[in-house]
Amino acid sequence: MKVSLNWLKTIVPIELTPDELAAALTMAGLEVEAVFDRFAYLDSVRVGRVVTVKDHPNADRLKVCDVDIGDRTLTVVCGAPNVRAGMLSPIALPGTRFPDDRILKKGIIRGVASEGMLCSEAELELGTDTSGIMTLDDTLIKGEVLSKALNLSDTMLEIDLTPNRPDCLSIIGTAREIAAIVKKDISRPDTPLPVSGKEIHERTSVMVEAPDLCPRYAARIIENITVAPSPFWLQERLRSVGLRPINNIVDITNFVLMEYGQPLHAFDLDRLEEQRIVVRAATEGEVFTTLDNKERPLIEDMLLICDGKKPVAIAGIMGGLNSEIEADTRNVLLESAYFNPVSIRKTSKKLGLNTDASHRFERGVDPQGTLVALDRAARLIADVGNGRILDGVVDVCGNLPPSQTIPLSTKETNRLLGTSFSRTEICDFLVSVGFHVKEDTEDTISVTAPSFRVDVKRPEDLMEEVARLSGYDHIPTTYPLIPAEAKIPQVTLHHRRKTKTILNGFGFDETINYSFMDKLDCDRLLLHTEDHRRSLVKILNPLTEDQTVMRSTLLPGLLKSARRNISQQIKTARLFEIGKAFIGKGKNRLPDEIEMLAGLWTGSRTDAVWNVPEVACDFYDLKGVVEGLFKALKIKSVTFTRMPVDACPYTKNGSAALILADDIPLGLVGELHPRVLKNYDLKQTVFYFELDMNRLYGMIPQDLQAKPIPRYPATSRDVTVIVDQDIESSSLLAFIENLKEGLVEQLSIFDVFAEEPIPAGKKSVSFRIVYRSHEETLEDHTVNTIHKQLSERLIAHFNAALPE
Amino acid sequence: MNKHIEQIHQDVLESLGKAKNAEEIQAISVQYLGRKGLITGVLKGISQLPKEERPKAGKKANQVRAAVDKAIQNALQKIATENMSAGDTIDVSLPGRLPLTGSLHPVSQIQQEICDIFGRLGFDVAEGPEVESDYYNFEALNFPKNHPARDMQDTFFVSDDVVLRTHTSPMQIRIMEKTTPPVRVVTPGKVFRCDSDLTHTPMFHQVEGLLVDADISFGDLKGILTTFIHQMFDEKTSLRFRPSFFPFTEPSAEVDILCVMCRGAGCRICSQTGWLEILGSGMVHPALYENVGYPSGKYTGFAFGMGVERIAMLKYGIDDIRKFFENDIRFLQQF
Repeated sequence: MKVSLNWLKTIVPIELTPDELAAALTMAGLEVEAVFDRFAYLDSVRVGRVVTVKDHPNADRLKVCDVDIGDRTLTVVCGAPNVRAGMLSPIALPGTRFPDDRILKKGIIRGVASEGMLCSEAELELGTDTSGIMTLDDTLIKGEVLSKALNLSDTMLEIDLTPNRPDCLSIIGTAREIAAIVKKDISRPDTPLPVSGKEIHERTSVMVEAPDLCPRYAARIIENITVAPSPFWLQERLRSVGLRPINNIVDITNFVLMEYGQPLHAFDLDRLEEQRIVVRAATEGEVFTTLDNKERPLIEDMLLICDGKKPVAIAGIMGGLNSEIEADTRNVLLESAYFNPVSIRKTSKKLGLNTDASHRFERGVDPQGTLVALDRAARLIADVGNGRILDGVVDVCGNLPPSQTIPLSTKETNRLLGTSFSRTEICDFLVSVGFHVKEDTEDTISVTAPSFRVDVKRPEDLMEEVARLSGYDHIPTTYPLIPAEAKIPQVTLHHRRKTKTILNGFGFDETINYSFMDKLDCDRLLLHTEDHRRSLVKILNPLTEDQTVMRSTLLPGLLKSARRNISQQIKTARLFEIGKAFIGKGKNRLPDEIEMLAGLWTGSRTDAVWNVPEVACDFYDLKGVVEGLFKALKIKSVTFTRMPVDACPYTKNGSAALILADDIPLGLVGELHPRVLKNYDLKQTVFYFELDMNRLYGMIPQDLQAKPIPRYPATSRDVTVIVDQDIESSSLLAFIENLKEGLVEQLSIFDVFAEEPIPAGKKSVSFRIVYRSHEETLEDHTVNTIHKQLSERLIAHFNAALPE
Repeated sequence: MNKHIEQIHQDVLESLGKAKNAEEIQAISVQYLGRKGLITGVLKGISQLPKEERPKAGKKANQVRAAVDKAIQNALQKIATENMSAGDTIDVSLPGRLPLTGSLHPVSQIQQEICDIFGRLGFDVAEGPEVESDYYNFEALNFPKNHPARDMQDTFFVSDDVVLRTHTSPMQIRIMEKTTPPVRVVTPGKVFRCDSDLTHTPMFHQVEGLLVDADISFGDLKGILTTFIHQMFDEKTSLRFRPSFFPFTEPSAEVDILCVMCRGAGCRICSQTGWLEILGSGMVHPALYENVGYPSGKYTGFAFGMGVERIAMLKYGIDDIRKFFENDIRFLQQF
């Protein structure tokens, strides 16, 4: 909300500088986001004297003028009909930013250079006249800055009000807060009118058919008014808070809205059928045209203001075209009401229509402020419109929110705040912002909140008042006394950190991708129709097309990150992410959130270095990373097996491994399917792995037990066998392992060869078997015997041959 | 005589042991084996000895001379090996074979740092769901349906009752439902708001904190958060607490730090105010205790929440929050 310091000063005396005031308001909970000079835009507008006016050589309607601005004379092209030599007029110099945000530049207009611009009132927002350039009083000094010459000065405060303080959504509300800060009284411009009087009841009536939605509806009638542009002071006030002047009647309702925070509406009484008001709920399917000339489809429980026959306004939100004040309006029915905040909010949301009125009604206006604002506005309308207020007021009042009386304990206040205020000090703080206090016991007081403080309901709300008025900075800084107990830290967090550190050590950069994806990503990844990752969590109001659903896999995000880097000429990427994948469980149920680790490697194996040849990374590079991760996390009993054909649609058949733990899939590693790469516009091979972290965390051993370091030397033997190509090497290892020969300490494959002279369809696989005893140094013949047995069983089992 | 030559031998070995370079060794050689050297002198003196002693003494002296000569040659060789000649020099300015290095995402780093600081203050760490029910995200936190306070957070909806959590605050409820005070916990995690520009992304990270016990005061909130800011930034960082509003705290406080860029003078980063909003906080609203079934009036406590990216932006001088989620390797590897 913008407030004008000049306007505030009419309500409360302010001696603080604008910056001091801003700081004080901020520290009292009304955050001032900006302080600015309202007329700063006029700094480069000067008083100019038009010296000569000549015809433009190339345009009939334009003139070329010499304008004296004191220190120099400028040539200006002007199209205004009223420009004449000798007049004083505002001239904007290049660089001027107009209120409509246009910036004036030096320009050439139809072949003539123009060094400035003579301005109209409207262009400078100093009036509404657009017919020609502004004529300034002849006594002004040429060359002077316009704002100084016209004595225009005002400071604006931009206040970011929190939703609990609707009482401050007005000049008077803000002034009340300032008054408490500067310890001064406010002087309200209240102009109460007599309530009694029958005149009005003879002219109109108000029937409230929906008292729950409209607890109070009051109206006055002003007759014989003349609709005209508002006087300058009124226009100026409205413009200062960013409102556009319309006509004197509407402007007064807006003025009082800003002054008191009470929205008002003026109807043309003669255009109300039967000259009466009916307040009722809309019926399904009704349509209404609001002032902004838009047709609004209505639904039940939206509140309407109607005349004897038809709707004339959407209550608390916007009036209708059919009853607006027009140039020939003579008699005005002025509305001031208290509408149900929830109802207004629902309607405003449904219609997508947020107005100054709805903003205040939905937050809660002062339920006791209805008549004060009505009277003030009626008086002003009568003044500026030369009309007469009919005697009496219509005031249909039902159940207004009651004023709250809250017991407040001094002890509890000090307990919560950590302060030592006396009961008297607490009372003083509360009284300074309009609360009524009654001392009950030595400890407690009964506090009644002023009617405009709709946010205050509990003792804690009062404690906040005490805290903020005393100043948060004055509350002592202390430290809690709490038991020095520590709970067992969550292992998940520890393991996650460790996993990230390990992957960093392997050269992988951690990424964080959005938890959203495009639902088309399922197709881009070629997911089968029955794939559980197609059970998506859809977002009803996504920001962009590619963020319509929660991601069910981390792969699309990583691919997009890889692509972005590659497009920046960074062709090698090792990226990983740990994050959640979301699997929908039905409309109103929370989805499964599965923590996943996923990573990719594309480009070369090593960073380019002078003595290392650049080699493209391959499957085994990434598999090694996964194996290295398991090793570093001390996870054993994980097996890699060939991905069954078509089991994983986004990896290339034959180039991917399923990672199993206890025969249950834990993840996969492999080369991505070329069609997937194409779908993501990637032109280089990408290797990818993913692991289910929820399962992985459970596999990380908690209690490691040290094993003795062997005391006796190991001895190793090699064996080479020729087997069928499609036998997985790991199955050879597994076979030997399963023989459970106690002296076998370690098994490894050191060579695989499948070219001449190995027969086609076969490969030779060479192992090294390390033998060791923990009791003695093994004799050669012992090892030879065992090794021979193992080799023979292996050969027999796999129908293998020995190399020639 | 024997004794004398033995002594000379020992002296030579000792001197050679101390010699630092070839020149010193040469000097030793001259001192003992030169024309006027000590051993040369001994050899010359043999002719002065009684005839019967001469063969034995001569033999001994020659042995020592040979041994000393060899020791000197060895010493010279050793020095020469240590100071390799120019022809064997490697170009040490060439880069080494770098092991691969990866980087931890800056958001992870800051998030860990925040959790670690609170860990040292005795806080646990807990995590919760990112897709959340309306109840936990709003209702239980004292945001009634159709309340304007809901406008404070632009919400992504999954259905009428399910939202992407707009803050980590639902964890306050989830934790209190399961725990009897004292409660001391921080909850890091992703949150979502329907907003995107230079300073907003639809997803970002928060760390929420909660401390509830029998007599926790607003003063304690100030104490813990001051400690946190001082550890996160530095001990000299000025901070201020100012009134604000969150439906789930009362009183509520916004915590500002003196602008890290201009130190309070006013700049673009702090919108000329000299202060930067760094976290929201407040005393837990009694409605929350009611919602989780804590006995009325028994406990007090405070809660706070902060944006991880915001702190990372301030610490690292990053001006566009979207950088965090573009994952440009040239960005990631700076941290």
